[in-house]
Amino acid sequence: MNWGSARDFFAMGGYALYVWGSYTVAALCIAAELWLLRSRGRTLKRRLGRNSTSAQS
Amino acid sequence: MVGKLWKYASPQAFYPLAGALAPWFFAAAAVLGAIGLYIGLWLAPTDFQQGDAYRIIFLHVPAAWMSMFLYVVMAFWCGVGLSMNTRLSFMMAQALAPTGAMFTFLALWTGSLWGKPTWGTWWVWDARLTSELILLFLYVGFLSLHAAIDDVRRADRAAALLALIGVINVPIIYFSVKWWNTLHQGASVSLARAPSMAATMLLGMLIMALAAWMYAIAVSFVRVRAIILEREAEADWMRDTEAA
Repeated sequence: MNWGSARDFFAMGGYALYVWGSYTVAALCIAAELWLLRSRGRTLKRRLGRNSTSAQS
Repeated sequence: MVGKLWKYASPQAFYPLAGALAPWFFAAAAVLGAIGLYIGLWLAPTDFQQGDAYRIIFLHVPAAWMSMFLYVVMAFWCGVGLSMNTRLSFMMAQALAPTGAMFTFLALWTGSLWGKPTWGTWWVWDARLTSELILLFLYVGFLSLHAAIDDVRRADRAAALLALIGVINVPIIYFSVKWWNTLHQGASVSLARAPSMAATMLLGMLIMALAAWMYAIAVSFVRVRAIILEREAEADWMRDTEAA
């Protein structure tokens, strides 16, 4: 175990800005990609759903 | 066996398969990512030279590997598409590009944040960094060129040609640290010699790389399904399949 306390862990030996800056942006990128994919799927479903109902009527 | 695999070359056969497999790859990515982060941020010891700044490696190396690997896979599908005229190959290439671009951006971003404390600079125009930046431009160029051409089939072929020409950049990135004098360190892991890092660090990095791999597969499967829906919504098979 490397970390004496939670404060030590977040301080990252003085490199907090660099380490957490990397991990935060990576997490944001992944979250953004997943969110964009989901909204793309939803838009598509709505569009296709409307098309099929209009085709039926 | 080959005939069975061949079946999945058609979008309508691949659509449900990708949908069934994607959750498993997402789950694998989440589990591996959790293990990798636990090893990388918790178990791995502080580096005696770089202190804790080195922990960026657990993101930086997997992202850099994926950025190059996904480009090669994307170019491969472009080549298959151009030579065999298979619709799904072009769709796969389109599905891989945004994720590849994201990993390239992350490799550059984390590299910059790692460079500042270790080299004293956010950025240098050396061979490794510059060729990786060109990779990002290639991904963006691939997607923009495709988006700029209205006729999808022409867009596929034009973008595929760009992707295939750009593949020359991948070995340049990989070997840049050997061919030129760069600030960037040499390969951390090589098949020819023992790795130049502690076992725990290496394990954490490899698990994170596997997690990135699973994530890329999962995301591109979900995206290729969206692309199939967008392109083949008018096809007969799509009306018979529920769009779920």
